[in-house]
This record gives sequence, C-alpha cells and structure tokens, in this order.
Amino acid sequence: MGWTGKVLRVDLTKGTCAPEDLNREWADQYMGQRGLASKYLAEEMDPKTDPLSPDNKMIFATGPLTGTCASTGGRYSVITKGPLTGAIACSNSGGYWGAELKFAGWDMIILEGKSKKPVYLCITDDKAELLDASEIWGKSVWDTDAWIKTRHQDPQMHVSGIGIAGENGVLFSCIINDLHRAAGRSGVGAVMGSKNLKAIAVRGTGGVKVDDFPAFLAATSAAKEVLAGNAVTGEGLPTFGTQVLMNVINEAGALPTRNTRDVQFDGAHDISAEAMAEPSGKNGKPNLLANQACFGCTIACGRISKVNEEHYTVQNKPEYWHASGGLEYEAAWALGAATGVNDLDALTYANFICNEQGIDPISFGATVGAAMEMYEDGTLTDKDTGGLKLKFGSAEALTTAVELTGKAEGFGAELGLGSKRLCDKYGKPELSMTVKGQEFPAYDPRGIQGMGLTYATSNRGACHLRSYTVSSEILGIPEKTDPLVTDGKADLVKAFQDATAAVDSSGLCVFTTFAWTLEDIAPQVDGALPGNWSVDKLLEVGERIWNLERQFNLQAGFTAKDDNLPKRLLKDAAKTGPAKGLVSGLKKMLPEYYAARGWTKEGVPTNETLSRLAL
Amino acid sequence: MNITLKLYASLGAFLPPGSARNTIELDVAEGASIGEVLALQNVPRGNCHLILVNGIFTPPVSADGKALSEGDTLAVWPPVAGG
Repeated sequence: MGWTGKVLRVDLTKGTCAPEDLNREWADQYMGQRGLASKYLAEEMDPKTDPLSPDNKMIFATGPLTGTCASTGGRYSVITKGPLTGAIACSNSGGYWGAELKFAGWDMIILEGKSKKPVYLCITDDKAELLDASEIWGKSVWDTDAWIKTRHQDPQMHVSGIGIAGENGVLFSCIINDLHRAAGRSGVGAVMGSKNLKAIAVRGTGGVKVDDFPAFLAATSAAKEVLAGNAVTGEGLPTFGTQVLMNVINEAGALPTRNTRDVQFDGAHDISAEAMAEPSGKNGKPNLLANQACFGCTIACGRISKVNEEHYTVQNKPEYWHASGGLEYEAAWALGAATGVNDLDALTYANFICNEQGIDPISFGATVGAAMEMYEDGTLTDKDTGGLKLKFGSAEALTTAVELTGKAEGFGAELGLGSKRLCDKYGKPELSMTVKGQEFPAYDPRGIQGMGLTYATSNRGACHLRSYTVSSEILGIPEKTDPLVTDGKADLVKAFQDATAAVDSSGLCVFTTFAWTLEDIAPQVDGALPGNWSVDKLLEVGERIWNLERQFNLQAGFTAKDDNLPKRLLKDAAKTGPAKGLVSGLKKMLPEYYAARGWTKEGVPTNETLSRLAL
Repeated sequence: MNITLKLYASLGAFLPPGSARNTIELDVAEGASIGEVLALQNVPRGNCHLILVNGIFTPPVSADGKALSEGDTLAVWPPVAGG
C-alpha cells in the first residue's frame, strides 16, 4: 500500500542478502525515502562513525509514491554519513532506477560492512545476490551500465553505481543511475567505493499497490492538470530547463562568480539556456538537442546535449560525440561562473566527464574556483599543480582538471579533497566557499538573503535543495519576498525546509512545488497510504525529519558554530548589482531561526520541541 | 533617453533586428514606462512574468505606472524556474 513493506538488508562483509519487514511504525512517522531512511540510519548507527569505515551504513530508499503513476514519482535517495561533511547525507536522484527497485518489490536497501573484493548487487524481483565486479572495477559509470546489461542480457535492467571517482575516494564523488541522473552531493559515491560496491542493478516486474486506487487516481490526475496548466512546469521548465536561471540570477546580482569574489559574471549569457539553444559551430546545430523526462514525470526538464565535434575537448575523441546529459543550472554555474569559464562546449564536456566518472559538478567546479584563486594569488604554484595553469577563465584548465580529478592523478588528487580540505592544506581556509565542508551552490547570499540562512542551517552542508527560498525571493513562487532583506526569512526558511523534507520523503520531485503546494501533494500521498495524510501531517513529518537530522549532526559533533558562512559573505560587500554594499545578514537571521525552530540559543532542539515531534 | 532592453527565454523572439545576446540598446521617449517599452516591441504582456529593472523586481501589474530613467536596464522573462 504505497510501501511494499519489504527491506533488503545486505551485509557486504558476510556477503549476505536478507529480506526483512519494513518498520511500519517508523513509516507512519517518517513516510519514506529521506525521512524513513534517516530514521533507520539514526537508530542503527553511531553518528560519530567514520564515514569511510565499514561501520558506516548506506541506504537506498524509495518513497511511497515512487513507481506509481503520480507525476515525477520516480525518485529515490541515498542516505548515509557523508565523507565530505561528516554530517548526515541524503542525495536524491531521478531517472528510472528508483521505480524499478519498487517494481522489484523493495522499499529500500540497507547496505552495511565492506566487501573483501569488488562486487555489484543484482536484484531481480525478490532475488538478490552479490556478484563479482572485478571486471568492471576501474571502469566508468557508462561502461559499467553497458557491461551489466550485456552480462545479464537484459536492456531493461537499471543500474545505479559509481565511476572511478567513487573508487578513488574523491570526497565529492556521486552515484549515477541511468547514465546521467545523479545522487549528487556530499560524497555518497565515495562511501559506496569504500565498501567495494560498484553498482546496484535492478530489474522488477511487479507493480505498486496503493491504498485507495480511485482516490489515488483522482488525486494524481488532478495534480497532473495543475502541472500542465502551470506556465512554469507546463512550459518554462520543459522548454528551457533549469538553465534559464543563469541570466535571471546574474541580472539579480546573486551569481557567485570567480570563487564568489563577484556577484555577476560577464560571461553568463554564453553559458545560459538561451545560448544552449542557439546554433553553434560549423554545422549550425545548437548545444541542446532535446529535453528528457524521468520516470513518470510530466514536466521533463532534463537536458540532452552534444559537444560540438570541432571543439578541442572532443576533436579527437569520437566517443564523446554522442548526445548525453546536458548542463543543468547548478552544474553550469559551478563549472562556469565559479571558475570564470564561459566556453559552453568545455562546460558540457566537463559535465559529461562528471556523469561518466561519478563526480558532483557543484563541488568540483567550486573547488576548482577556490584553487584558481589560490593559483592567481600565488599560494599555489606550477609545482603544486603539476603545471596546470589554474587561471580564472581557462577552459583548458577546467577540462584537464576534471579528467585528473576522477582519476585522482596529479593535482586532481588534491582537488578531490574538496575546497575546504584543499584551502586548509594551503593555509587559506577563508577561500573555501563551504558550509560544514560542502561547497555552496549557485546563489550568492548577499543578493538572496534567505539562501545564506539556508546554506548555514542545511543539515547536509551548504545546499540549495533543503530550502529553495529563491523560489519566493526571486521568482515569486508561491509569493514574492524581497531578496535583499532579512526580515521574515527565518520563518520562510523553516517553512521551506519542513515542506521540502516531506516532499523528499514521498517519492516525488521537488520541482513539482513550482506548481504544487502541499494541498496538491497530500491527497496523492493519502490515496497511496493507509491512514490520514493531511497537509498538517506532511508538515509535522517534515519538521520531525528536520529535527531528527539535526540531532544526528549534533551527536556527530556539530555545534551552532558550524551554522555559519564563509567570511567573504559576512565581511566583503557585493560590488555590483542590486545587492551592492550588502553582506549576508546571517547574524540577525540565525537567532530568529533557532527561535522559530523551538531550539535553544545554542541551536539545540529543546525537550519541548523533541516531545512535540515524538522524538 | 537610452535604455537597455533584455528579453529572455521565449520572449527573445520579440527582440528587434540588431539585438545580440538577448539584449538591445533602445532610444525611447523621456520617462517611458515599462509597459510602453514592451508595447513598442509587441511583447505580449500576459507572458511578462518576471520584470527586473536594474536587477530589482517590479510587479508586472505595476509595469504601466513605472517610469524608466536614462540608462536603466529592463530585463523580462516569461514564467520560468529552475534550481
């Protein structure tokens, strides 16, 4: 009934796979996916566990709507302790893999221990086994996908796994499924690599039962009409993708540029959605070839792109002439504005390599940006970089760096540490644009004040997907707020955080919330699950999840001191644009936020708050 | 007076010849409103969802009453989002 009721527990040390019943009490309190898996992790594991030790667990979890006919109902998340941050990690992905896991009859997979040799987990309906992966260890995500499908003679199998970055312990390596959909952040790929687990291949032939089919069908149909009729989800996102934000955020003066020294990038247009659609090169074809949907999605914001065959990156590499996953906004920002590179083909190529080898382009690009600043100020020399000329704006440096990082070769091994460890190592910690060790994404907190509080308080380190106040502050969804003021942002961030935690636990994509409110989502969850899943219950579940994650991090050793931003954002005013003269108002917002959350001044949930949320 | 007009996403089709990078410099009447500038380019008002003047949000319903000044940059989008 939404849930399959089955969990697959895999002990990689012993080489065993065993089914067990889903904890229904927890499922009723945490719904599924992000929330439910976080509950399992918090209950089963010491938060102080070394993320790359066999004692760290990792959970691949679906939501109750994953695999159903609800629009965008194909999401899954990977929950573990993140090696980049030391905080709880939860990375969410689309594509088809999550739905396939549900079709095979599983709500989630709990992986523990460490295999002695490289293996992959193969699931065919209720049969699960660990198989030898020695032939594909050292191979890319793309080669692994093809090898597994060929070996099992099943093109309908879906594969989620790591490339060489995860094997090599790159601390921001990600997990890729269906060739270019990513559980991207916090280094979940390195955890998988540390367990000698190359991939999880799934084939399912069942379906997903729901509690009240007529009610579910009515709710999902009505919700699809809302998506289709909304100008953003019905037209804007499928046509232009998330990349349409490049010029928006640049005009608004909130595009972190050249390691956040500036808030506007003169090359923004060259790497934008508009540029992706323009004819380029001798053949006159645009970078963007088509859009693509994930399982069950009626929005279809995904980008399918090609690198111009004449471009230096692929001129002699026909293996990269095919169409593949194109630039999304966050990737284009990190690979472009953060490094000062405005070469669209170079960014597309770098993005291909990130997908091929399992690298988070946000953390990678931001780390290169920090390295470029250290190279230009003389902290890093050619001797340190192995001759790599890390100058802002150098496309060649960017594309060489991405190849080296996946392989962990030369200076790539240092880039693979992430910007915090890299900047610490070279004595310039202030140049790392991170929170809790994770690089922040494509919005400057001086120009969008709510995002400063979002980054500072995100439970997985700096992240835009924990409370996307850009939606309100810039785009006016659901209602417009002023991006340049701090007033009201504590409540706004809390509201976004709680609602997003609920959406992330349902199996739905957070992009639906450009059109849907929880009023549209609650009837869909309610139709799928037993019990009464009202808007109020979703908000309660979301708040419970947020506090559970917070408790995990506090027990892991984080304190209120870690709810902070890089000094650059707090001391150095924006130089141009609407935010000129402003710094982040985090110091004012943070105490307001703690109060709104029912936490102490030290950022600790009070007993009353914990009791209210049954924690 | 001179202003800079930027029309993005599907509104780019309404830019006049001579535009580049979704941008054109225009000579418009002194004190022209946002609405008047958009009307001159035949931009459908119903599609003007996000309007920024020098990067500052202006509600679309205020476009007719909002006078532009010399050197202003007017940037307009249809309904868009990302993340």
